[in-house]
Amino acid sequence: MSTKYSNMTVKAYRRENGRVGVRNHVLILPVDDISNAACEAVANNVKGTLAIPHAYGRLQFGEDLELHFRTMIGTGANPNVAAVVVIGIEPGWTKRIADGIRETGKPVAEFSIEQNGDFETIRRASWAAKDFVHKTSEYQREECALNELWISTKCGESDTTTGLGSCPTVGNMYDKLLPEGITGFFGETSEITGAEHICQKRAINEEVGERWYKMWKAYQDDVIFAHQTDDLSDSQPTKGNIEGGLTTIEEKALGNLEKIGRTSQYIDILDPAEAPQSGKGLYFMDSSSAAAECVTLMAAGGAVIHTFPTGQGNVVGNPIVPVIKITANPRTVRTMSEHVDVDVSGILRREMTIDEAGDELIDMICRTANGRSTAAEALGHREFSMTKLYRSA
Amino acid sequence: MSEIPHLLVHEHADNVGVVVVEGLTAGTDMLCCVTHDNSTFRLTAGADVPIGHKIALQDLKEGDTAMKYGEDIGKIIADIPKGGHVHTHNCKTKRW
Repeated sequence: MSTKYSNMTVKAYRRENGRVGVRNHVLILPVDDISNAACEAVANNVKGTLAIPHAYGRLQFGEDLELHFRTMIGTGANPNVAAVVVIGIEPGWTKRIADGIRETGKPVAEFSIEQNGDFETIRRASWAAKDFVHKTSEYQREECALNELWISTKCGESDTTTGLGSCPTVGNMYDKLLPEGITGFFGETSEITGAEHICQKRAINEEVGERWYKMWKAYQDDVIFAHQTDDLSDSQPTKGNIEGGLTTIEEKALGNLEKIGRTSQYIDILDPAEAPQSGKGLYFMDSSSAAAECVTLMAAGGAVIHTFPTGQGNVVGNPIVPVIKITANPRTVRTMSEHVDVDVSGILRREMTIDEAGDELIDMICRTANGRSTAAEALGHREFSMTKLYRSA
Repeated sequence: MSEIPHLLVHEHADNVGVVVVEGLTAGTDMLCCVTHDNSTFRLTAGADVPIGHKIALQDLKEGDTAMKYGEDIGKIIADIPKGGHVHTHNCKTKRW
């Protein structure tokens, strides 16, 4: 069935592997924490590049190490990234990450510091970065179908207005665009607690629902019950949630789930930072509910635009993915307007319907894809936070 | 709707609603709107309640279930009069 959303297009970058990106970053990617300084030096030498320092990458093992590689490779492979300079302390893991990104066909250069030192590494990597800036700055945006975008969501600093306004706005967007063929991500495993019975039923079939429930239960047993001191009441709902009027985790989770709308169903479950393999549709990513970690994981999974409902005013951004902030809370609009991209407070005044709010968000997604800087981009929010599963060796 | 509502309620089955205006004071004759079908009713606020916080739509007794989104969101742990403030001091998850 053709709708008014069927023929929408955006001006974006088509990458070597066919994926569509909305930004054109030259990334300087550290393999490990001790390569951050070299990466930041290269980014300082060559304007138009972006270093993303982080805290990990040494002596990790097992599933935690696999997640590190998946996050690094996925971030470099994201279609919002045009080219990547990878720098690590030694050549082995550096090559593994560089080769993983190379599978997309985009330009990648790799450097390792041992037997070269920071100075020589920075000199050589700066030349590569400069070549990439010249090459990629001539890439042109072209007309791409809106349904080629991969769009993620996660809410933060939630309050009761997110369940009334900003989360249903995202849900309305998904209800309209998923049938058109976009790929969507939602997640926040811990914050579904309280509405897990409802989330399980939103799977496309019983088999997927049962796998979802197993994943959620494993998180409860392995993480929450293994580490809790008394209960979760000091961290879920958070102090900010409680200030905003949320009383229980059930109430918070029910508002959270409004982000997948009335009709959307998820077709598969992703490990953290895993890229979808089952075609177009909505995916649940097993992910942290901490804003920067969750957005980082979804970006590594391939999302190119993130929609972020907030009540009390979470200010998070991401280095490579534009984060669109949506709020329905009139106090947040009044006191924190520099962080707000889509103001849907009219829903609370009954001056705006959810349908109209969803259309406003779709319009903002198109404008963002076409190049409009989000509030988080304009304010320099580039939070890149790796998820770590357990202590290093 | 010409008048802006003070309180929004998700579903008719709910027994709490959300304050959606700043500076609500006790005694305010609130316009309340059920978002499910935009039907309205009036209720007097029993306390000064901040924006985003909840108000009881009926007398709630200790042991009752708080309903929002048409779902169970927790148990009432202290009596709350109709129009009173519902939050962590008188409502708690049933999970732990």
